[in-house]
Amino acid sequence: MHPTSHAFKANADKALHDPGLQDALAKLKAGFRVKRAAAVARLPEFEALRDAGRAVKDHTLAHLDFYLEAFEAKVAETGGQVHWARDGDEARKAVLDICRRAGARTVTKGKSMVGEEIGLNPFLEANGIRPVETDLGEYIIQLRDEPPSHIVAPAIHLDRTHVAEAFLKAHRQRQAGRDLTEPRAMLDEAREEMRVHFHAADVGITGANMLIAETGSTVIVTNEGNGDLTQTLPRVHIVLATIEKVVPTLDDAAVLLRLLARSATGQELSVYTTFSTGPRRPGDLDGPDEFHVVILDNGRSNMLGGEFQDMLRCIRCAACINHCPVYGAVGGHAYGWVYPGPMGSVLTPALVGLAEARDLPNASTLCGRCEEVCPVRIPLPRMLRHWREREFERHLTPPRDRIGLKIWAFAARHPTLYRMGTRIAAWGLARLARGKGRFADLPLARAWTRTRDLPAPAGKTFVQQWTERRRS
Amino acid sequence: MTARAAILDGIRRSLRRDRLAPAERNALARRLAQPSPVLVPERGQGEPAALVDRFAAMAVETQASLARVADPGDVPVAVARFLAEAGLPATVVVSPDLAGADWAGAGLEARAGAARPGDPVSVTPCFRAVAETGTMVVASAPGRPTTLHFLPDIHVVVVEASKVVGAYEDAWRDLRAAGEWPRTVTWITGPSRTADIEQTLLLGAHGPRRLHVVLVDGA
Repeated sequence: MHPTSHAFKANADKALHDPGLQDALAKLKAGFRVKRAAAVARLPEFEALRDAGRAVKDHTLAHLDFYLEAFEAKVAETGGQVHWARDGDEARKAVLDICRRAGARTVTKGKSMVGEEIGLNPFLEANGIRPVETDLGEYIIQLRDEPPSHIVAPAIHLDRTHVAEAFLKAHRQRQAGRDLTEPRAMLDEAREEMRVHFHAADVGITGANMLIAETGSTVIVTNEGNGDLTQTLPRVHIVLATIEKVVPTLDDAAVLLRLLARSATGQELSVYTTFSTGPRRPGDLDGPDEFHVVILDNGRSNMLGGEFQDMLRCIRCAACINHCPVYGAVGGHAYGWVYPGPMGSVLTPALVGLAEARDLPNASTLCGRCEEVCPVRIPLPRMLRHWREREFERHLTPPRDRIGLKIWAFAARHPTLYRMGTRIAAWGLARLARGKGRFADLPLARAWTRTRDLPAPAGKTFVQQWTERRRS
Repeated sequence: MTARAAILDGIRRSLRRDRLAPAERNALARRLAQPSPVLVPERGQGEPAALVDRFAAMAVETQASLARVADPGDVPVAVARFLAEAGLPATVVVSPDLAGADWAGAGLEARAGAARPGDPVSVTPCFRAVAETGTMVVASAPGRPTTLHFLPDIHVVVVEASKVVGAYEDAWRDLRAAGEWPRTVTWITGPSRTADIEQTLLLGAHGPRRLHVVLVDGA
């Protein structure tokens, strides 16, 4: 997927003025946040599980080469094949080669953010292979030819009229005037349509929530059952995974699975958690004849051993996204790539480059809610600050901001000057506001006042008020 | 340089170390060979009878329906009753492992095998059932095809009370002890669902619309 993160400010502006999107985001906040809180409250061991989850991931990342090799050996032992890919190009080629050897014309796909990351669908289409997304949300956005706006709920930005419109346009063999006002009717229609694809597909492609080194298994977690039909019915199953998805044992996986659904949707567990190990065995009545795992790096190994290593603990639950005030205001598309919200603002600069994504680490109030809800305790605000530092070091910050920051830094190192400056500013601005307490327009601060009023200072600085109160 | 070598080298370079020394590799290999539970919540522990009750309560919470019978011989009749009450035809496809039950005696037309398009109801066994979340652990084998869990509109799972364990880790322990690791293991927790349209929760997405549990207390 081609990033448009450089246009974050323009995208955000558009999103803020989109009433349909604002309704959808209001619903998201009311839904996911409340459900997560209830699920967490029901499990007294949740905080201890967060520590355990962090420890499992840290241990794995410190020995990542070992566990990937162990995983690969087990896959081979059980009749599957691992394909290594340094970047999106190599991953796409590996998938295409497998599809070509299988003579594939149609592939079904389970939801895979890695698939989005490497732009797999347009690539397959360009090579004469039709990919069909089978997760309902992914199917809807595929019909509308747009990227996901959320990593768990990809069509969260849409309402039912969008879905009805897409279905009426795509399912032309159906009666034109049919009633598609209720979500139930749309779901039933999608279910029927998808059954045809499930049976017709030559290859099924899924992502992986985890890879298990102990058994060579790949793990998918779904609610719809689409992922299982995708990987069970076609002759060939391809799993798309990235290097940090491996965990040592099934017991380690159990820890993370107790965290995942509760943090994501507030369920105790998602409906289907499936561990797949190799192809069909002698005597089996169903299952694929071939089992392939494509393991992609795409910049992740560079994140090890540095200030962004902790990001590789991420289990893609989207709790940080659901609790982020910035995501809650602008939605996912504004971020311009696959991963939105706090996790995206840390990951995207690492994977597509800071020059493209420099706005993302700045699109945060550093309120810390993301870290508070992260099931594996990723210090997201700290890493956003690291990106801001790098942005400044690499001179990616615009000159006006750099000069402003330099002036501020100079003043901050000279307390007397700083206090005098803030006193003058507080006094002057209070006078300028003429008792209204706010500015509807203020030169030099128009980026703020264009969209909202700026509160005026009280006339005296905090330090002044503090000193006066201590005296009295 | 192959992609494999480049990625593994890149990992080691970032971690500022060489390939792990043999002693370290052996220690990690032992961790893989002798896995042990990390943290099992209290909810996943308890006496067998309490766990069976907890499993039943949790399964119903996930919007599965549940019937309890005393004896394995009662299962076909319980399935027939469930289908009649739901207004469904008395036709089922069963896992070959369950082919020996007296389905015809309960008035059911039963075929054993994998699921075919249009099969309305499947009946399968489960390897273990987990009290912690009302989850059923199903494992594939020639006598237990995977498609039965996903293709039919209605999935009926026969859960013997002796198969109920507290936590996922108990199921792992027993599954490891059972021999060759199965091709697919699925944890099933309720009927399929989606909330992809306006976050409205709807049951019956691409997998079964209904999940029915027949819990056999005397087995």
